Amino acid sequence: MTDIIEKTIEQDYKYGFVTNIEQETLPPGLSKDVIRTISKRKNEPKWLLDWRIKAYNHWLNMEEPDWAKVEYESINYQKISYFSAPKKKELKSLDEVDPELLRTYDKLGIPLEEQKLLAGVAVDAVFDSVSIATTFKDELEKYGVIFMPFSKAVHKYPELIKTYLGSVVPYTDNYFAALNSAVFSDGSFVYIPKGVRCPMELSTYFRINAQNTGQFERTLIVADNDSNVSYLEGCTAPQRDENQLHAAVVELVAHKNATIKYSTVQNWYPGDPKTGKGGIYNFVTKRGICKGDHSKISWTQVETGSAVTWKYPSCILKGNHSIGEFYSVAMANHHQQADTGTKMVHIGTNTKSTIISKGISAGKGQNTYRGEVKMMKGAENARNFSQCDSILIGDECGAHTFPYIDVRNPTAQMEHEATTSNIGEDQLFYCNQRGISTEDAVSMIVNGFCKDVFAELPMEFAMEAQKLMEISLEGSVG
Amino acid sequence: MLNIKSLKASIDGKPILKGINLNIKPGEMHAIMGLNGSGKSTLANIITGRDCYDVSDGDVIYKGDSLLEKSPETRALEGIFMSFQYPVVIPGVNLTYFLKAALNAHRKHRGEEELDAMRFLKFIREKIKQVEIDEKYLKRAVNEGFSGGEKKRNEILQMITLEPSLSILDETDSGLDIDALKIVANGVNQYRNKDNSFLVITHYQRLLNYLKPDFVHVLIDGVIVKSGDMTLAHKLEEKGYGWLES
Ligand SMILES: Nc1ncnc2c1ncn2[C@@H]1O[C@H](COP(=O)(O)OP(=O)(O)O)[C@@H](O)[C@H]1O
Ligand SMILES: [Mg+2]
Repeated sequence: MTDIIEKTIEQDYKYGFVTNIEQETLPPGLSKDVIRTISKRKNEPKWLLDWRIKAYNHWLNMEEPDWAKVEYESINYQKISYFSAPKKKELKSLDEVDPELLRTYDKLGIPLEEQKLLAGVAVDAVFDSVSIATTFKDELEKYGVIFMPFSKAVHKYPELIKTYLGSVVPYTDNYFAALNSAVFSDGSFVYIPKGVRCPMELSTYFRINAQNTGQFERTLIVADNDSNVSYLEGCTAPQRDENQLHAAVVELVAHKNATIKYSTVQNWYPGDPKTGKGGIYNFVTKRGICKGDHSKISWTQVETGSAVTWKYPSCILKGNHSIGEFYSVAMANHHQQADTGTKMVHIGTNTKSTIISKGISAGKGQNTYRGEVKMMKGAENARNFSQCDSILIGDECGAHTFPYIDVRNPTAQMEHEATTSNIGEDQLFYCNQRGISTEDAVSMIVNGFCKDVFAELPMEFAMEAQKLMEISLEGSVG
Repeated sequence: MLNIKSLKASIDGKPILKGINLNIKPGEMHAIMGLNGSGKSTLANIITGRDCYDVSDGDVIYKGDSLLEKSPETRALEGIFMSFQYPVVIPGVNLTYFLKAALNAHRKHRGEEELDAMRFLKFIREKIKQVEIDEKYLKRAVNEGFSGGEKKRNEILQMITLEPSLSILDETDSGLDIDALKIVANGVNQYRNKDNSFLVITHYQRLLNYLKPDFVHVLIDGVIVKSGDMTLAHKLEEKGYGWLES
């Protein structure tokens, strides 16, 4: 949100900055020098540069993971430019935008100004949402809630960042997390003070925020004792982006009695429907730790975009009586491949986790649920409930389920249910016989299938997710 | 209304219908009786457009046009309705939403304005009274956890909601207790008038006693072996089907 305020207030600076970048953009390639340049450009303190360099050194000795059930052309990391946030070609008016894209925006009911923003059309300096954003900013300040770009928080709250950065996802965690740690561009930082229930969903600006998401985004959310926050990430509208690789890291920390609800709607470009070419690779590391007793972290995701998705939002349930939840809808249509799921690590006593995963495969799409539930020795009376359902549309797609279970405490209780079904010919015929077209019937049945997950989304988002599902399913039947 | 001419159909190469002729005029109710496996549901499915059958001969004319090339939803929108022998469960889709989608598809087809949620609710609350369905079912998923009788009443609810010209009731009476049977029969009788036609498929005369069809046909092994009026139904109840087989 502050992004947009900044942008408007610092209008002149911003434009100057953009030109600067154009002149000074570093050629593609990754090296210590590149990292030093990034860090210098952001005027970062030395400790952060050191951290980036350590991450880079670690990354150099790592192998790109290949265990996921996805196939893609190998990425040449020396061909990517790491210097700045992705820059979109500015178009002069909506007339220059792909009409197909505009049709989708209309279907989603996105206002014109926002359409421009999403499509990368130059927007007027002042538009309505700015004033609204300012009001919200005052409101948040009143409660002591911190919500700002990561790069700014590094300067304003270095102690908080130092304490928490990498505390949930260390740079050693995996290949993409290491890469992100070395070169991350920007992201969001959220801190909810003790006893504060964040007065609003940190979401109202999600579309605007989404505009500047870099390919290596870094999000850190800390909820102090007895606090509560709901954060929304993403955007239902398909987004233009010239960067193919996205490797974000999200870290959540919930202290005693705190609750963090993190909702995502991801709809990056899935690639050409016929060939799958040009789509985004979305390799994200998301993890939260329930540090304190009675804390709770809830992930809800609706993944409809990207060519390849590799994503496992996880919870470390350290505090006694802490709760982890994962609600997911993942769709793979046309040539999309999704390998997604979660990991619930039960450490504290009486910890509880719930996993509800709904996979939809259509066209030539391949959808994999990969989940792990780990009950450590000390996790007395830990409980998990998992339900993984897959639905297939057509006979060229695939659904795969890999539930891993590791139980080291005899008092642990696990319940796992899994189903795979085709959209039944009898269901479609029943709908057809009532005058409902096959396309409408499919989206109705799929939305019904996803209902338990959509119910977890904040109201406004849920409606959009439903519409998004309809659009994403277009061309999946007949 | 509906004219079936020497219709022959098979499934997986196995002949099921072996030359059916049937002419249903506006306002008429025809009953088809026959044992399990004689081809009654097959006939209903072919009229409504289920595509797993091969029609090798004959034609089905509805309001002057052949139906065979039309999609199931076009046939539905043009006024053909089937009460399913086995109504289908659609998990997660609530009945109100489903009924509204179906009704609005019909209204759109007729060039009428679609009903918004509020107006639809008002409309459907009146309809459910006619088939004595409790309002709480409107919030449930389509047919999920419905008893046999509730499913069949729900089929009739859909019939009176969509207001078809031709209604095919495929064993809507089977599995119903006497109270539910009366409710279903009442729903159908209230909807009957000089323009609407019915094709009622059943094994038993029970339902027919309430509906009093104009014609009764007996289907054996894919052929209509005898046609008559209600006295034929009584005779079947008394003597069974044996005397009709050659
Ligand atoms: N989908 C199908 N596949 C194979 N055989 C079928 C199928 N549907 C019906 N049949 C066969 O067609 C014949 C007629 O079935 P049906 O029309 O359901 O009879 P009825 O409704 O009179 O009981 C039966 O022998 C049945 O086994
Ligand atoms: Mg039958």
